Amino acid sequence: MSQNTSPLSIQEQLARQQETKTNWLLCTPALIVLFLAASGPLLVMLFYSFLTPGDYGGVEYQLSFDGWMNVFLFRDIFDDVLSIADAHVAIFWRSIRLSLMTTITCLILGFPTAYFIATRPRQSRNFWLFLITIPFWTNLLIRTFAIMEVIRNKGIVNNLLIDLDLIQQPIQMLYTDFAIMLGMTYVYLPLMILPLYASMEKLDFGLIEAGYDLYATRIRVLRKVIIPLIKPGIIAGSILVFIPSLGAFVTPRVLGGGKNLMLGNLIELQFGQGRNWPLGAALSITLLFIVMAALLLYVKNVQKSGVQHD
Amino acid sequence: MSNSVSIKVHQVSKKFGHDRDEVIALDEVSVEIRENEFFTLLGPSGCGKTTLLRLIAGFEHPSEGDIFLNDESIAHLPPYLRPVNTVFQNYALFPHMTVSENIGFGLSMQDKPPTEIDATVSEMLRLVQMEALRDRRTDQISGGQQQRVALARALAPHPRVLLLDEPLSALDYKLRKGMQIELKRLQMETGITFIFVTHDQEEALTMSDRIAVMNKGRILQVGSPNDIYDHPSERFVADFIGDTNFLSAELVESTSESSLLKLASGKTASAGPSGSTLRSMVNIAIRPEQAILTSDEASAEFSGTVTNVLYSGTDSVFHIELKSGEEFIAKVQNSGDTRRDWKTGQALGINIQPGAIQILRD
Repeated sequence: MSQNTSPLSIQEQLARQQETKTNWLLCTPALIVLFLAASGPLLVMLFYSFLTPGDYGGVEYQLSFDGWMNVFLFRDIFDDVLSIADAHVAIFWRSIRLSLMTTITCLILGFPTAYFIATRPRQSRNFWLFLITIPFWTNLLIRTFAIMEVIRNKGIVNNLLIDLDLIQQPIQMLYTDFAIMLGMTYVYLPLMILPLYASMEKLDFGLIEAGYDLYATRIRVLRKVIIPLIKPGIIAGSILVFIPSLGAFVTPRVLGGGKNLMLGNLIELQFGQGRNWPLGAALSITLLFIVMAALLLYVKNVQKSGVQHD
Repeated sequence: MSNSVSIKVHQVSKKFGHDRDEVIALDEVSVEIRENEFFTLLGPSGCGKTTLLRLIAGFEHPSEGDIFLNDESIAHLPPYLRPVNTVFQNYALFPHMTVSENIGFGLSMQDKPPTEIDATVSEMLRLVQMEALRDRRTDQISGGQQQRVALARALAPHPRVLLLDEPLSALDYKLRKGMQIELKRLQMETGITFIFVTHDQEEALTMSDRIAVMNKGRILQVGSPNDIYDHPSERFVADFIGDTNFLSAELVESTSESSLLKLASGKTASAGPSGSTLRSMVNIAIRPEQAILTSDEASAEFSGTVTNVLYSGTDSVFHIELKSGEEFIAKVQNSGDTRRDWKTGQALGINIQPGAIQILRD
């Protein structure tokens, strides 16, 4: 028996090895593209972050750690004393805070929307999804200016409130953190709705009935049955909203009025007026690490909830 | 106690859709289900049996009529306020929980203390013989095991009524047979009223204390398996359960106990009460196994010619063309003392066992 099977298994092994080789060969174009498009620019950035800024932008090929040091530290130009760069810390903190708040707001608004679409008859779901994607047809900048028009001091909202005699003076909404969050929520909401919908569509609504049948009230069915089951969608949507929010620069620039900077603006500044490319590169990579840390946290969270059931 | 009413369905109608698209799923259905009873709703798909079950569970609310549990109206209550649990057709086990978490779900939603939940879960696991798999995920166990978990989950909160929506339809034949016995055992052990939905007449006959046969949103007949089989009230019931010969006859005489029929052959035969039928020509039903074949053509109640013989081991089935042109199927056991060597083309007589002719309402 074993004499019969062993040559066969060797043959099989050889075939498998061959297959693996072929697979790698077939993957090569994709790997080359991946390397050039994803890792290449990152390596250039990493390289630039250790160089000296040129006087008129660009870099001089001279090793320097100033770029990295300036991410969180500030060197006084008169007495060379190092101190924490409060402005940068504030911008990091604002970016993370606003991105988190945007993510949570998108989740709160996106959840019922996705649930609504997922519970429509199959034929009409595509129509609703189509409506969700319509904003993508208009340029981001134009949409952002439209929000500006809505919330500015003499804008639609304030005028309406004054006409209704609810307020005497216009409320300052534009150029605040609220405005930035509103803009980002509006822009990234579809990115939350779509993955949420995708996981809700697969949800077996029989499980919700089973929950009700077993004495769970509506709120408990939501907490104990629906949310755990669509967790992958919640995580995917949160990542899709949080990451671009963290790096956003058009929305904070227009709606934040240039005084409420976010990380994206700070980075843009270094490559533009600031003429400090190494610092910009270092800030970009720092942003990348924040995103990776956030992702790791998410992934770990998912794994933990998986382990509980094993 | 055992004869008091558990669930009372009173003139319940259920309509889906509006205006021209309106579908009547249930049409003024009334039925009383007793305590500790194994009650089966039997009917073809689309007959309204699942809708009735969902109304009792609380997933739907009646368009008209009322539903009572121990004389208390429950028709307006949401499912989580009814002491009624369901075993779903596809089990609907929570995939993000283990076997024991699934079983304990109902109890923890009732805010029972953890020690009590643990004790009940262990008891349920023992009851359905699943102790070894308590920490498995529900997608790591077989269909039959999932079925047991679904049962244990629904039984754990000790509901007053257990609803079972075709729970055995996804199992293969052998498992299904085993689970039929198991279900019956569980029902007797727990003393809970079981309401069982199925389209499988054999399953209904083996397991039930009483059966309600449904068609097109109405309950046609309620009775013990014996009753339903031997005395079907109308053509649909006789046809749906078992094989039946349908013939027409003339009603000669009718009292409250019995009636006298004049058959197409000109012979007379006695039958059960004719019920509400006032017509002179009635439809009658005769089960194939109630026929006694005889070579004495002249004195027999029917006579005809054998057109086909099907031998199936324990018994033989004869297709007979009657003198009146109607087709008759007779089933005869192949035991030693009954003659079975009737050949195709042979003429014979058929006698019907006394009391086996059933007059149908329609």
